[in-house]
Amino acid sequence: MSNTVIKFEDVSKQYRLGVVGTGTLSHDLNRFIAKVRGKEDPTRKVGVSNRLDVKDGNYVWALRDVSFSLNDGEVLGVVGKNGAGKSTLLKLLSRVTAPTTGQIKVKGRIASLLEVGTGFHPELTGKENIFLNGAILGMTKREIKSKFDEIVDFSGVSKYVDTPVKRYSSGMYVRLAFAVAAHLEPEILIVDEVLAVGDAEFQKKAIGKMQSVSKSGRTVLFVSHNLTAVEQLCSKGILLQNGMLKMEGPIHDITSAYKKASVNENELKRSGTRLVELKNYAMTNLLGQAIDEVFLGETFRVTASFSAKETTDYTDFTLDIRNDSNEFIGHVTNADDLFEIKNLEKDELRKITVEVKDMSFAPGTYYISLWLGNKYGTFDYIENCIRFTIKQGDFFIKRPFPFDKRAKTVLRSNWSTD
Amino acid sequence: MNQSTLREQENWSMVLKPKKSLFEINLAELWQYRDLITMFVKRDFVAKFKQTILGPLWFIIQPLLTTLMFVVVFGNIAGIPTDGIPQVLFYMTGIVGWNYFSTCLNDTSQTFIKNASIFGKVYFPRLAMPISIVISNLVSFVIQFVFLLLFLVYFILKGTDVMPGIEVLLIPFLVLLIAGLGLGFGIIISSLTTKYRDLVHLITFGVTLWMYATPIIYPMSGIPEKYRGWVMANPMTPIVETFKTALLGVGEVNYLSLLYSFAFTVVLLAVGILIFNKVERTFMDTV
Repeated sequence: MSNTVIKFEDVSKQYRLGVVGTGTLSHDLNRFIAKVRGKEDPTRKVGVSNRLDVKDGNYVWALRDVSFSLNDGEVLGVVGKNGAGKSTLLKLLSRVTAPTTGQIKVKGRIASLLEVGTGFHPELTGKENIFLNGAILGMTKREIKSKFDEIVDFSGVSKYVDTPVKRYSSGMYVRLAFAVAAHLEPEILIVDEVLAVGDAEFQKKAIGKMQSVSKSGRTVLFVSHNLTAVEQLCSKGILLQNGMLKMEGPIHDITSAYKKASVNENELKRSGTRLVELKNYAMTNLLGQAIDEVFLGETFRVTASFSAKETTDYTDFTLDIRNDSNEFIGHVTNADDLFEIKNLEKDELRKITVEVKDMSFAPGTYYISLWLGNKYGTFDYIENCIRFTIKQGDFFIKRPFPFDKRAKTVLRSNWSTD
Repeated sequence: MNQSTLREQENWSMVLKPKKSLFEINLAELWQYRDLITMFVKRDFVAKFKQTILGPLWFIIQPLLTTLMFVVVFGNIAGIPTDGIPQVLFYMTGIVGWNYFSTCLNDTSQTFIKNASIFGKVYFPRLAMPISIVISNLVSFVIQFVFLLLFLVYFILKGTDVMPGIEVLLIPFLVLLIAGLGLGFGIIISSLTTKYRDLVHLITFGVTLWMYATPIIYPMSGIPEKYRGWVMANPMTPIVETFKTALLGVGEVNYLSLLYSFAFTVVLLAVGILIFNKVERTFMDTV
């Protein structure tokens, strides 16, 4: 039977800007005097404008009326842009700071991993640090003792447990720290981006550990910008935007909503010297009609026109194709076809067409980035400026059910029997 | 609302609210974290002497050198009387007692600032930190105290007219008072420094000045009448005086003023814990 273990009830957290803690008494006096004389606060930071929900000049809501609940055994992914309130939410739950209004009800012991190796002391040995860190995370000495061998095994630094951790490599340090945290047995585990550290193998181990934690019926809250990890790990998600709970639901709905929101909001990222500048670009079919959908196996065109500010010997032109997790999937350049773009006159408008053949990426959403430049540098680079979707259709592969989401490319195959 | 949800709501093990009442102090939780306190004490002790040649000997060197300096400066150059007690014993007794107080105060007064990085990442009862500091300083106090006793035995064997009295039994109580005063002042200051860093500068020389307002380098008998009231208002005075009387056997214990120190300590600690308790919940927003 599932059982609510965390319940947020209209939780808000307000931070006061500028008013609190200039740090020294003299600054506060200065400010007070300025206020009395009706002048501008001399200690306020210049240009502090906040994207967050601003009530009046001095107050910012880092979280606003957030309510949700979580059952045991659920793994919740918390998704949102920087400043959306993710960390504040975790901080409130791990009791680092208190909410301004509302309340959070919790059942069971919480362990928070907002950082690996909190409280590690460089002079102490690995063994001593295991005990210290374990105690900081809320374990009793006896619990740590009973798990000591397991922790050392998991970390893989058994040879060095009697060496001060300041002699450890950074990898060993992180592994030991994570090993301690992973062997906590709280009912609720809070994890913030700790997977960002460590190599791929370690990350795999860490994710595996977290999965087994949730399988044993415990609840996990996970914050990360790595959407792939979030999707892999979580069953449920919440999307935060400007401190407010925007959406709550199955994790795939949440991550796709988040991706959509982040593309719409972002202006196109553009960089380069602009010595040669892109003027126009479009994605078309073979008839020259603009499209934003391609069927598997179909051929499409990208046309682009650009002009040079000064006479330029040559430039290269490339297309980068990324999927909606921002993974680099495909790359096309004029050199592939031994095609050269040479002798650009000043202000001449050059128009080129690229034909990309037999699309074989897995069905889904993709983004094309355009790059103009040569070996001396980038002229113009516009990231993710063309968005298109690939549909499965029945031309390239004929299976009557949807293509497996985990695969990234589609291979054609012929089947026979002897 | 069905029965299971009703039952659930009674079972919350923790409810985090914006403000808890001023007097809601969770001492039971502090007790649960006692292992953490011992780990902190151990850490302080081990970390302090890693990569030092003399190691724990430093516990002894520091009061010894201070005593020698006092003997030279205050005893011989300034010629301040010591109530007929050998100067070395007189100063060292005062220094050992005072040291415990000043280290407790200095170290605990930076609880929030020094530990902001840990406090910002993980929760444990914040009081565990200053309490562990007081305990690890107690360890160094005990070592220094034993060292002081050795000196005392030496002087007694030499035939000097000093003799510990029955008041020695009061010493554990005195140590408790010193710890309480140091902790009380320390946590109040640490709570205030989350907003105003000025106090950090004040405290470092403030403690030194305070020592001169306490009968460490001079005997109580040497104080002019008009200052006596001020010196007696200092809660450390009766403690240090009783400490000296107990070990060296001069003067008499003034139980009334000792009671004053006790009352002062209790009130101070209570106020300190209340303030600390209030600040700890949101100090991360201001520190």
